[in-house]
Amino acid sequence: MSESMNTKLEDRREFLKTGAVVAGVTLGPGVLLYSVAHSRAPEEGASGKQRWGMLIDTTKCGDGCNDCVTACNTENGLSGHTGPQDSQWIRKVDIRDLRTGYVQSLPMMCQHCENAPCVDVCPTGASMKRADGIVLVDRHSCIGCRYCMMACPYKARSFVHEPLTDQNPEVPRGKGCVESCTFCVQRVDRGESPACVEACEAKGHKAMIFGDLKDPESEVSKALKSTDSVEVRADLALNTGVRYQGI
Amino acid sequence: MAQQLCINQGTCRTGQFIALLALGGLVVLGAMYAFFTLEHHGHILTGMNNQIVWGLPHVFAVFLIVAASGALNVASIGSVFGKQVYKSRAPLSGMLALALLAGGLAVLVLDLGRPDRLIVAMTHYNFHSIFAWNMIFYNGFFVIVGLYLVTLMDRRLKGWTKPLGYTAFFWRLSLTTATGSIFGFLVARAGYNSALMAPMFVIMSFAYGLAVFMVVQSSMYRWNGMILDEGVRRRMKNLLAVFVGASLYFTIVFHLTNLYFAKQWEFERFILLDGGIYTTVFWVGQVILGGIVPLILLYLPRSQDAQKMCFCFLAPLLVILGGVAQMYVTIVGGQAFPLVMFPGHEVQSSFYDGVVHAYNPSIYEWLLGMGGVGVTFVLTVVAVRVFKFMPQDDFKTLQSRRGTD
Repeated sequence: MSESMNTKLEDRREFLKTGAVVAGVTLGPGVLLYSVAHSRAPEEGASGKQRWGMLIDTTKCGDGCNDCVTACNTENGLSGHTGPQDSQWIRKVDIRDLRTGYVQSLPMMCQHCENAPCVDVCPTGASMKRADGIVLVDRHSCIGCRYCMMACPYKARSFVHEPLTDQNPEVPRGKGCVESCTFCVQRVDRGESPACVEACEAKGHKAMIFGDLKDPESEVSKALKSTDSVEVRADLALNTGVRYQGI
Repeated sequence: MAQQLCINQGTCRTGQFIALLALGGLVVLGAMYAFFTLEHHGHILTGMNNQIVWGLPHVFAVFLIVAASGALNVASIGSVFGKQVYKSRAPLSGMLALALLAGGLAVLVLDLGRPDRLIVAMTHYNFHSIFAWNMIFYNGFFVIVGLYLVTLMDRRLKGWTKPLGYTAFFWRLSLTTATGSIFGFLVARAGYNSALMAPMFVIMSFAYGLAVFMVVQSSMYRWNGMILDEGVRRRMKNLLAVFVGASLYFTIVFHLTNLYFAKQWEFERFILLDGGIYTTVFWVGQVILGGIVPLILLYLPRSQDAQKMCFCFLAPLLVILGGVAQMYVTIVGGQAFPLVMFPGHEVQSSFYDGVVHAYNPSIYEWLLGMGGVGVTFVLTVVAVRVFKFMPQDDFKTLQSRRGTD
């Protein structure tokens, strides 16, 4: 009686062991593939599981270097002209401390705020924030009222003052609409970095780190955890996606 | 035909009516020319840019919209507060309110980057946006004041006048609060970002609207060779003086509050001392010509013989001028002062950071802005010709009947 009981118990253990192995072999690759396949398919919407952001180290930003600006203009089809009516999605800002005389240079663009004033004030909802934190303008519903430009604390937005030709098909722009840095959303959706970040890295400065702020293993998250960084106009509590180190 | 439509005038001066209409029409035509040119070429032809994003058209548009709300004062005092002298002026007041709002909105819409998408603005509302709420208030204003006007002009609907008068009163207060908040809610800019903006706009709307009403009323009386009763003039004169004084008071409190915050000192220095054109327009236009001089004219002690010298045309005209100056300082001056992103730092960039922004309005902006005034003018001229808007009262009889001044 007891022998048969023991045999049954051993059989049960064998069965559970085999079952566990089979289940592991079946589900394991799926789980593994799920984590590896982090980027989403083009037809999928942006996910709130990510928040794209950037850390800019002003101490590494080259004085006089304009490569991020040039790369942005090329990628997004901007003219690169700097008249008062020309669009500038990213610009180099030189700041000098009035008390100490300390001079710094840094790139300034849309800060992709969590509580974006431009999104709040837009009457039609054309100014919007994607689930992954990228702030964009819907070119189909922007009426060109420019209230978002009044509201932006970073002067990050431009109004298209004249008809445009030779546009980048991936980056539609249009006369009479407001526009700003999109974090090169067309590249990000392909799993690439924004053009400015790539250009900065190519130049060897590595002043800009881009990545998923919600992923603790991302380079940007690790860098933010290990160093002190600030938001520009932190007093407004906008929780910007772009943070600066060294100012 | 024009002769038949001349309902309420002593003598029907059709020739002069057509001349006025032609004058207003010409101004509106100029605005249409500017609109189509900008629609084709873009805002590149204007003086507006990525630094001064709202320019002269907005100065005119916001002034007209704020004045629209204030022009309803007279009707509100009649219907809500039951003052008979104002009751007989309520139809003119309601009509002027609608004409002013139509003029202001016309400029606002024609200056949009994509005016063809007006339907989008009317069908997609972001309720976080005070701008979207304003659109609801503007549209509602047309409906409510329109209905109110109908009840004033149709005896059978008299019972509806009071409830609609109350609704219109609260609606226009909300409208001006929302218009002031368009600026008050701009948290990032030193020139705005103040809860005072909303009540300040409300009180300024009282002054500007009443001023427009008085100018139109004086013109209508003069046009018909009639003389406005001294009692009515005195009441309106005193009311305007109170509103002008209150507007000045709010202006002082606004700037004093700013002066108390160290971070606002640079902005205050800019507006009050060394802002060039903006400082000049503020002191000469808004404060002196639009505030102090009208107050002196309205309160000037005069002898019994000189009581007829009311300045019921000149003083309100100056208030209107001061109102446009105030809008220029608030809207353009507020943007000309650079955004402060790095306090305690000197800032410069290719995008004009850290510098006072220049603004030179082009002819197209003038045409658009004046077009709004033109629309208001044409609507008013036609309305007072074809409807019974001439105040009908005998003040002395009223006074003796009610036993009140």
